[in-house]
Amino acid sequence: MQWKSAEYAGWGRAITARGRLARPERVGALVSALAAGGPAIGNRRSYGDGPLNDGGTAIEMTRLDRLLAFDAGTGLVEVEAGATIAELLRVFAPRGWMPAVMPGTGFATVGGCIANDVHGKNHHVAGSFGQHVVSVTLMTPRGPREVTPEGAPGLFRATMGGQGQTGAILAAKLRLMPIPGQRMKVVETQIATFDAFLAALDGSEAQFTVGWIDATATRKRLGRGLLEEGTLVDGPRPGPVRRTMRVPFDAPGFLLSGPVVRSFNRLYRARVPDTGRKRTRPLDEFFFPLDAVQDWNRLYGKRGFHQFQCVVPLDGAAALKDILTTIARAGIASPLAVLKRLGPGRAGHLSFPMEGYTLAVDFPARKKLPAIHARLERQVLEAGGRLYLAKDGLAHADSIAAMYPELDAWRAKVARADPEGRLVTDLVRRLNLRGTA
Amino acid sequence: MSETWIILGASSSMARALGRQLAERGAGLILAGRDTDDLARDAADARVRGAAFAEAMRFDARDGASFEPLLERAAACEGLVSAAIFVGSMPPQTEIDADPALIADVALDNFAGPARFLQQLAPLIEAQGGGTVVGVGSVAGDRGRIGNYVYGAAKAGFATYLSGLRNRLTRAGGHVLTVKPGFTDTAMTWGVEGMFLVASPERVASDILKAVEKKRNVIYTPFFWLGIMAIIRAIPEPIFKKLSI
Repeated sequence: MQWKSAEYAGWGRAITARGRLARPERVGALVSALAAGGPAIGNRRSYGDGPLNDGGTAIEMTRLDRLLAFDAGTGLVEVEAGATIAELLRVFAPRGWMPAVMPGTGFATVGGCIANDVHGKNHHVAGSFGQHVVSVTLMTPRGPREVTPEGAPGLFRATMGGQGQTGAILAAKLRLMPIPGQRMKVVETQIATFDAFLAALDGSEAQFTVGWIDATATRKRLGRGLLEEGTLVDGPRPGPVRRTMRVPFDAPGFLLSGPVVRSFNRLYRARVPDTGRKRTRPLDEFFFPLDAVQDWNRLYGKRGFHQFQCVVPLDGAAALKDILTTIARAGIASPLAVLKRLGPGRAGHLSFPMEGYTLAVDFPARKKLPAIHARLERQVLEAGGRLYLAKDGLAHADSIAAMYPELDAWRAKVARADPEGRLVTDLVRRLNLRGTA
Repeated sequence: MSETWIILGASSSMARALGRQLAERGAGLILAGRDTDDLARDAADARVRGAAFAEAMRFDARDGASFEPLLERAAACEGLVSAAIFVGSMPPQTEIDADPALIADVALDNFAGPARFLQQLAPLIEAQGGGTVVGVGSVAGDRGRIGNYVYGAAKAGFATYLSGLRNRLTRAGGHVLTVKPGFTDTAMTWGVEGMFLVASPERVASDILKAVEKKRNVIYTPFFWLGIMAIIRAIPEPIFKKLSI
């Protein structure tokens, strides 16, 4: 059948939608599904309501995932939008290439990576995903249209990070990055304080960096955590392909109670000795650490969770410390928090990155969360920073408009590309992104 | 020796998953079906993944004239030619009840068309003295049920045909594998009510290739459908006729 009535959600599962979903397996089936309208969605690895259209239709692109062309000399690859990042890594790493930018989950689709202009652990050197897109093929009412940064710079910019509002993304040409082998040399270092963490990030010369912090630690332990620095090295994949586990049911609430999360964080940190450690790891395990546990979002229980991810400019370090303090004092347990330095690279009007520091924290969905989030949102805005749409389910339209100065330019392009608003998602509606209200 | 696989109904997600696994081990692929524009994309995918070659060709179970070019292409292949048949259609039983003429199409798509093609391919397999025919049936063919018995009957006919073809080709060194998938997550089952224990197409494709290696005759995939169908087949008819399963 073409349509399936379903209740579905983003990765955080705190916001759900009811509606009809199509999952075309052929381009012809996509064309007929698009005739009914509705946005294209991927593997729903965005956390909030970005991939939702409550009460309407949406088109899952996951089965349009073919690799259409590859040039082993230049690393130029053309793929359909449903292809996942993990699949590209699996197929091309043995041939000496990998996606130049990879988000923290390999389940993200190429279409999703474009629609959110995602970044990876190498953003400070490689920029964002969209900066490696050579062209993107959009489905328009008049058929597929290939959009390049040279041929249609405005539409291209509106598409990178554009939440799918310029047209369903059918395929894209990407410039892959050459790699010396299939190994990552990883150095893990214990960091004691927030200030030391920023200094370590500033001083790091590694190609790939990511910081994990204990967002439950307060006062003089605020910001303690682990810094992971990765360097690509020569050699075949170390060890066999890992076996993944699956979370079979929604976890009970006590799993995320304060004491359990604080213990988890202590143990997680204690894995690494005070003097640090060095390891050689397979690329997929380094880039997608959480993918080892499929459906890990169910650990947050039936109510689900939200992720808060902000970036503040380099001069906003003090503000970021205040933000982290707000989080730690709020007492909402959050086992996974990530701190990273971003470079200036961004490809679209609504791209998230700016040169500065980014912090990502998971919050179980609880009654007091919206109030805490509103306070964090204000702090980010005052620091001159912004929130990440791919993670968002709680922000407000006025602050998002203030955080994204190119919003008007984006709106103009989108109004022309989709004048009838057939591609609107719940996130676009909630944040009044298209300015139609 | 190099291997070439003709895949009929190659647009189906099970066929696509099988084609990908074959491509990654370097097989040549002829991907046949009705939507040749889209199959050209699958052929490109197979080439990127490492297929020795991959081509899209037209096959329509209801149009015998579409068989000839495929059979000629098969005969021109170097190395061992094998075939995997994923052709089929499953209109809802209610549509068939409203228009019984649809039965002819269901029989053509699931049985008569593929069987006719295989009958024409058989001499090539015999002449090769080897090669495999994979025929995809369905657990629905094991017993006629109220919700799906026309489709089931056509699949049962195909299964019986494959059994006879196995009898014939085995003596020439060929092999025939009958595959009976349970519920699989494909376009055919998308949105159909009452699905359970749904398997991914990739899982089914892996099971098929393992069974080809081991020269199995009949497999259920995933394996537990063997048990489920053993129970369903064992229900005495006087009881079964009153059930709605």
